[in-house]
Amino acid sequence: MKERLVQLDVLRYNPDTDTEAHFQRYEVMCQEEWVVLDALNKVKESIDPTLNYRWSCHMAVCGSCGMMINGEPKLSCHTFLRDYPGVIRVEPLTHFPVERDLVTAPDDFMEKLKRVKPYVIAKQKKPIEEGEYKQTPAQLMKFRQYSMCINCMLCYAACPEYGLTPHFVGPAALTLAHRYNLDSRDEGRKERMEVVATKEGVWECTFVGACSEVCPAQVDPASALQQLKIVGSIDWIVEHLLPGGKP
Amino acid sequence: MAKSHKPVVWFPFAAGGTVIAFCMPVIVVLGFLAALGHVPSGLSYESLHAFAAHGLGRLVLLGVIALSLWSSAHRLRCTCYDFGLRADTLIATMLYVAAIVGSAATAMFLFRI
Amino acid sequence: MSRRPLIREVPPASWFFRHPRYLRYMAREVTSVFVGAYCVLLVIAMQRLAAGPIAWQEFLVALRSPVSIIFHLLAMAAAFYHAGTWFNATQKAMPLQIGENFVPGSYISGAHYLVWAVLSLVVLFFAGVF
Repeated sequence: MKERLVQLDVLRYNPDTDTEAHFQRYEVMCQEEWVVLDALNKVKESIDPTLNYRWSCHMAVCGSCGMMINGEPKLSCHTFLRDYPGVIRVEPLTHFPVERDLVTAPDDFMEKLKRVKPYVIAKQKKPIEEGEYKQTPAQLMKFRQYSMCINCMLCYAACPEYGLTPHFVGPAALTLAHRYNLDSRDEGRKERMEVVATKEGVWECTFVGACSEVCPAQVDPASALQQLKIVGSIDWIVEHLLPGGKP
Repeated sequence: MAKSHKPVVWFPFAAGGTVIAFCMPVIVVLGFLAALGHVPSGLSYESLHAFAAHGLGRLVLLGVIALSLWSSAHRLRCTCYDFGLRADTLIATMLYVAAIVGSAATAMFLFRI
Repeated sequence: MSRRPLIREVPPASWFFRHPRYLRYMAREVTSVFVGAYCVLLVIAMQRLAAGPIAWQEFLVALRSPVSIIFHLLAMAAAFYHAGTWFNATQKAMPLQIGENFVPGSYISGAHYLVWAVLSLVVLFFAGVF
């Protein structure tokens, strides 16, 4: 197996001693087919046990290991060393507070995720004897793509509007709101639109499209947000201009 | 937080963006030909005047100009914010008023024809 | 242990230099400057048209200045870039599901490009360009 000496510039921040973050260079022998996360693990095992970062599944499903790799939001378990010939710059996800080294604080995203009620809201619960809530394949396909989100927050790190106006609910949370709005079993659209159609909601989006470009799960949040704008506009017309619409 | 009234400005923006996409390139091409000295026959006073004097032609001209103005004004407002100008209310008011004034002026000119 | 997270500010007037995709976005947004300016020219054109044949002739002559030619080139680039980005976005804003599957996005954008081309040719034809 081919090996290569990989150079990593890793952003370090220790909240107990530092006021600023700084880059630290590591040189570590890696196998050609490794990913950036493997290189970080090797550094932690053999060079510097104080290096902090999050990871869990190593297969791009858990969404824990998001970080900036050469300035691009990436899952480090899904970013192959062979695609990065030079020195690899590794930083914590932008737009999030840095807890320590590559570990960021996801609190803001978690709060926003809760706010959009990302779960099926059925007005009347069916008794178990009546069986399951059925759905046709076409009804499933309507929202399936948007249900693939792994909450990795790469889209928040890519979204400049979130960086500039941190109260923006943001791509992943709004996309999940759309996903449940589109679900034939759901009746919670009205509640969600109270969050989605606010100034902090979808109207903060200017369709940069970066969210969809960095999404590791091909969710395409930008499309969900554009559709939400159309839905929100039609709602507004119904509520304000049509007779019988709610004031 | 209450629902936003942003659709009031966004809907005409989206409509105007569509109008710009479909119509503006060919309009600028026609203007460019005139600027090069090859005035297309459609831009002669007689043809354009006849087009603008017709009810439908008048409506098309007004619709294209008004919606394109609004769409540009709205996008420019967002652009100002992206360039770091934070006086959003002032900028938005100025640009939207400018778009409305431009549209009203166009309507006035067209009805004089 | 108390938390002391590091907050990194986003530079409000230079963030778009951080990545080429942000520059592409800003290019799209800046088209509004040139398209907007061209709209103003169109308003002036309507005023000149309403003012009669002599005023219109003078307007056409004024269009032939070098500044006007450069402005037209910039406006043309902006209008075409806007059109491209707009049609590419239609597939995101208006997906079309037939039966189980979605119509490929390229069909939706492609249909817009096709209508655009036909419409432009029709306008050019009736304007007497060919």
